[in-house]
Amino acid sequence: MKREIVIIGGGPAGLAAAIAAKEAGAQDVLILEREQELGGILNQCIHNGFGLHTFKEELTGPEYAARYIERAKALNIPALLGATVIDLGRENGALTVTFVSRSEGLVRMEAGAVVLCMGCRERPRGALNTPGTRPAGIFSAGTAQRLVNREGYLPGREVVILGSGDIGLIMARRMTLEGAKVKCVAELQPYSGGLKRNIVQCLDDYGIPLKLSHTVVDIRGKERVEGVTIAAVDDHLKPIPGTEEDIPCDTLLLSVGLIPENELSRQVGVEISPATNGPAVNESLETSIPGVFACGNVLHVHDLVDYVSEEAAQAGRNAARFVAGEIGSASDDSVKLIPGGMARYTVPVSVSPRRMAEQLTVRFRVKDTVRGGVIRVLVDGEEKLRRRRPVMAPGEMEQAVLKKEWFAGGEKQIEIWAGKEE
Amino acid sequence: MERYDVAVIGAGVTGSAVARELSRRAGRFIVLERTSDVGEGTSKANSAIVHAGFDAMPGTLKARMNVRGSQMMPALAAELDIPFKQNGALVVCLNPEELPQLEALYQRGIENGVQGLELLSGEEARRREPNLSEQVCGALYAATSGIICPFALTLGLAESAAKNGVEFRFDTRVTGLEKTETGWRIETEHGPLEASAVVNAAGVFADGLHNLVCAKKLHITPRKGEYMLLDKTAGQHVAHTVFQLPGRLGKGVLVSPTIHGNLLVGPTATDVEDGEDLAVTAAGLAELEEKSALAVQRVPLRQVITSFAGLRAHEAGDDFVLGETAEGFFDAAGIESPGLSSAPAIGEYLAGLIAQKLGLADKKDFDPIRRGVPRLAELPPAERAEKIRENPAYGAIVCRCEQISEGEILDAIHGILGARTLDGVKRRTRAGMGRCQAGFCSPRVMELLARELHMDLRDVRKNGGGSAIVVEKIRGEDAQ
Amino acid sequence: MIHELTCIGCPLGCALKVETDGAGAVVSVTGNTCKRGEDYGRREVTAPVRTVTSTVAVTGGKEPVVPVRTRTDIPKGKIFDCMAAIRQAKVQAPVAIGDVVLADAAGTGVDVVAAKAVEAR
Repeated sequence: MKREIVIIGGGPAGLAAAIAAKEAGAQDVLILEREQELGGILNQCIHNGFGLHTFKEELTGPEYAARYIERAKALNIPALLGATVIDLGRENGALTVTFVSRSEGLVRMEAGAVVLCMGCRERPRGALNTPGTRPAGIFSAGTAQRLVNREGYLPGREVVILGSGDIGLIMARRMTLEGAKVKCVAELQPYSGGLKRNIVQCLDDYGIPLKLSHTVVDIRGKERVEGVTIAAVDDHLKPIPGTEEDIPCDTLLLSVGLIPENELSRQVGVEISPATNGPAVNESLETSIPGVFACGNVLHVHDLVDYVSEEAAQAGRNAARFVAGEIGSASDDSVKLIPGGMARYTVPVSVSPRRMAEQLTVRFRVKDTVRGGVIRVLVDGEEKLRRRRPVMAPGEMEQAVLKKEWFAGGEKQIEIWAGKEE
Repeated sequence: MERYDVAVIGAGVTGSAVARELSRRAGRFIVLERTSDVGEGTSKANSAIVHAGFDAMPGTLKARMNVRGSQMMPALAAELDIPFKQNGALVVCLNPEELPQLEALYQRGIENGVQGLELLSGEEARRREPNLSEQVCGALYAATSGIICPFALTLGLAESAAKNGVEFRFDTRVTGLEKTETGWRIETEHGPLEASAVVNAAGVFADGLHNLVCAKKLHITPRKGEYMLLDKTAGQHVAHTVFQLPGRLGKGVLVSPTIHGNLLVGPTATDVEDGEDLAVTAAGLAELEEKSALAVQRVPLRQVITSFAGLRAHEAGDDFVLGETAEGFFDAAGIESPGLSSAPAIGEYLAGLIAQKLGLADKKDFDPIRRGVPRLAELPPAERAEKIRENPAYGAIVCRCEQISEGEILDAIHGILGARTLDGVKRRTRAGMGRCQAGFCSPRVMELLARELHMDLRDVRKNGGGSAIVVEKIRGEDAQ
Repeated sequence: MIHELTCIGCPLGCALKVETDGAGAVVSVTGNTCKRGEDYGRREVTAPVRTVTSTVAVTGGKEPVVPVRTRTDIPKGKIFDCMAAIRQAKVQAPVAIGDVVLADAAGTGVDVVAAKAVEAR
C-alpha cells in the first residue's frame, strides 16, 4: 500500500497539517490517530482561551478542535482512530509507516511524505529525582486533568502543585472549583513557566499562593501521599537548609515541563536538536530526512494552540508541495539560523532563501526574563530588523519574521538576537 | 479449620521459588502474603542481577545457593517464559593497591565453582567496555553474570506454583504461630489455618516470625538501597554489569543495562529501622551520582526516569539462614543479595528438606511450563499481525512508551495470579514503566481494571492497602 | 485610586493601570495594547466577570461527561453558585456543541452550553 501523505497524530497539529495539505492540492492524505477520537489533548483542555488569534474569539479546547475536525471531514480527509504508529522507516529511499490498530491489525505502508504531529508528553516526577516515598497520589497535571475532565473523578482533596506550567495552573483552578483545597504552587525558577493570565485567573482569583524559587524536597506517606516538604532554593536552584516547610496534603501534582515525543523521529534517524528535543528543521519545517516534516509540540513545545495550527498548516502545505515535486529536495543555498544573546533556540535552524515563501516566521524562546528588551535579526552581521519587546519570558514563545527580499544569495548566517536594549 | 501440608509465609521471589518446588510434590500447599501481590517487598526493588557467584565466601550458604541458582537460571527462565540474558559482568578495580583484592575475588570465584572468570588489565577492560573510567586499572570478568526481570521471575515462579495447585492468599498478614501436635496453627488477619510445616520467607520481617518460635534469635536489619533508572536511550551506555570491588556494606554501586534495555544505577546501602521505609533520599541520590562516576564515565544521569528504594534483609550472621530451625519450621531468612540469583536453589533445597520431612511423593503431572503475558512489541511483524488477527485487543495500544496493548493488559488481569492493581499491571506488562511513567496510560489501565474486575474506579489502587488513586466521583450516578 | 492589574484578555498579559475616583468610577485605563484590555480594566475594578468551564454528567452517552462553558462571562462572585448548579446538572445524549445544558445558571441570566459533541451509546 502507498499513501501520498501520512500525518502521524490527529491533534491540533495533525488536523491543521492535513487540512492545509489537502487544500494545497494533495489528493491522498491520511491521519493516523492513536486515541479513539481526533483532537488530541485539546479534548481534555476544557478551559477557555483557545483561538483568539485564529478565530478572534475565546474557545474551549474541545470547541477549538471541533472546528478543525469539521473542516477535515468536509474535505473528506480519512482518519484511522486507535491506530498507533509503531515504526517509521526508510527502505530503498521510500518512507515506510507501520501501525497497529484493533480493526486494521498490523499495517505497513509506504508514504510519499510524512508529517510528524505526535505532540509532547509531560516530564514525569522521576526525572526530578525528588526524595521521599512513591505512594499513590502523585500525578502529572495532565493525568489529573484527564481524570477530572474526562472521567469525572477527583484525584485528591488537598493538593500541592510543583511547577507552574500552564497545565498545573489550570488544574489548580479546576480542582478548586471541584471542592479540593490547593495549598500552594511551588516553582523552582524565579519566574513562572506559565502564562501571566493564568496566574491571575487560576491562582490569584482563588487566593492560591505561588511560591517562586521553591521546590519539593520530600514526599511522605506509604500508601497515599500524606504530606510534602517544600523549601526555598538558592541561585543555583539548590534547596536552602532551614527554609523547609511541611505541608499536609493527599495529592502532589507535577507540572514541570513538557518533552516532545520523538521516539518515532529517532527511529527513522531524524536529527534532533538538543535545545528543543524536537527535530532540527529547515524553512519548510522539513527534518534532516527529505519528505519528513514536523510541526506542533513534537517540534518544540508551544504555549498557544493557535501557533501550533499556524505552524502545522505550513508543514502540511510544504508536504503537499514536496509530493508534487514543487520544492525539490533540501537546498544547497541554506543559510544557518542561530540564536544570539538571550535567545535559546530557533525553529527552524536553517533557511533556504530559494525555497522560502515571501515571509517566514521564526519562533524562539529566551533563556531568562528580559525587561526592556529588543529582538534583532542580523544577516551576516547586518541588522535587518529591530523590534522592541518590553518583556520577554521563558514561558512565552517569541517570533521574528524574515523576508525573502533580504537575501541575494551567498549569505552564511542569520542571527536571531534577543536581549536588553543597549 | 483448613489444613495444609505446607504454608509458605511470604510471596516474594524466595517464597514463590519454594512454593514452585513444593508443587512438584503431592500435597496441599498455601502461600500467605500480607500485601496484595507477589513480589511487593525486596523482590520488587533490587539490582535485577543474576550474580555469577564469585562474591560470597566459600563454604557459605550464599556461595552455594548463588552458584547453583545461577546454573539453574537459563533453563528455568525458558520454562517460565521470562526474559534473561547472560550479559557478563566486570568487577572493576579503581586503585592499583587493591589489585590483590581483585585477584582474591578471582580465586574465591574459582573456589566457589564459578565458570568463565577472567582477570583483565585496565586497557583490556576498557576495550570490552569503552565507557569504563580512566581510573579502572584492572577488572574481573564473569561471563555467566546475567540480567533478569525480578518481577517476571517472582511472578513466573508463583504462577507456575499456582498452576500446579498451590493456593495463594493475598492481603493476609500472619499475626501468630502456635505449635500443635501435628504441626502449626497459623493465625492470620482473616482467621487461622493449620499446616504440618511452615516456611518463613517473610523478607525483612522474617526475624519477627522466627523469633516467635525459635530459641536462637535472628536479627534482621532492613538495609536500604536506592536506585536510579534511566531511559532506554541510555541503555547502551554499558553492555556489561559494571561492579566496583566490594566494600564493607555490600557490592557498592553498579551500573548495568537492564533486561528491558534501560540503564540501572545503584544501590546505596543504608541500614534503617522501618521495614517499610522506601523513601528515596537526597543524600542517597547524590551518592549514586558520585560513586557511579568512579567506574563509568559520562553516565547520562539526566536521562533518569525514576528513582526508587528497596530493602534487603540483612541478617547479623551475614549469611542466609536456611533449614529447619524449629520442629516443622523452615527458615528462608536473611535473604539479601545474592537472593534473587539464589532463589531457584533455595526453593530446590528447602522443598527437598520439607518433602523428606513430611514424606511427600513426587507428582507425576507436574507441569514445569508456564507462559507469561505475550510481549507483542518484541514479536516479528508477521507474528504480531497474526496475534492481532486472533485477538484484536492486541492491536489497541494503551501504553505508548512501552507499546503495551490492551490485550496484554487483559492477559495480565486474567492471568493465573492476575493483576489487581496498577502496579500489578505494570509489573506484569511494563505498562507505565516507560519514559512517561504512566502519565498517559494510567487512567486507561484504571478503567480496564475497573471494567474487568467489576469494581468502581474509586476502588482501583496503585498497590495494596489505602493506595486508591482517585478519592471522589464528581459527576454522574452516586457522585458525592 | 490606582489599581494595578494583569490583563487576562489574551496571552500577552499586559500590565494595566486603572485609575478610579472616590466613587469607584473608572477615570482612565493605561498600559493596555488593545480595546479588550481597556474593557477588561474597566470591568475588573467595577464588576469583574469570568467565563466558567466545567463538565456535566451525560446519561446514555459514549462518554460519561461533557465539557461545558458559560456562554458568556458571568459575575466573578457567582462562580461557585454556578459550579454548584453545574454539578447537579445532567444531560441526555446525544449532545451537540452549543446545546443548552443549564439555562440561566445560578440566576446570572447566562446559559451553560455544551462545548463538545457526545454521541449516544
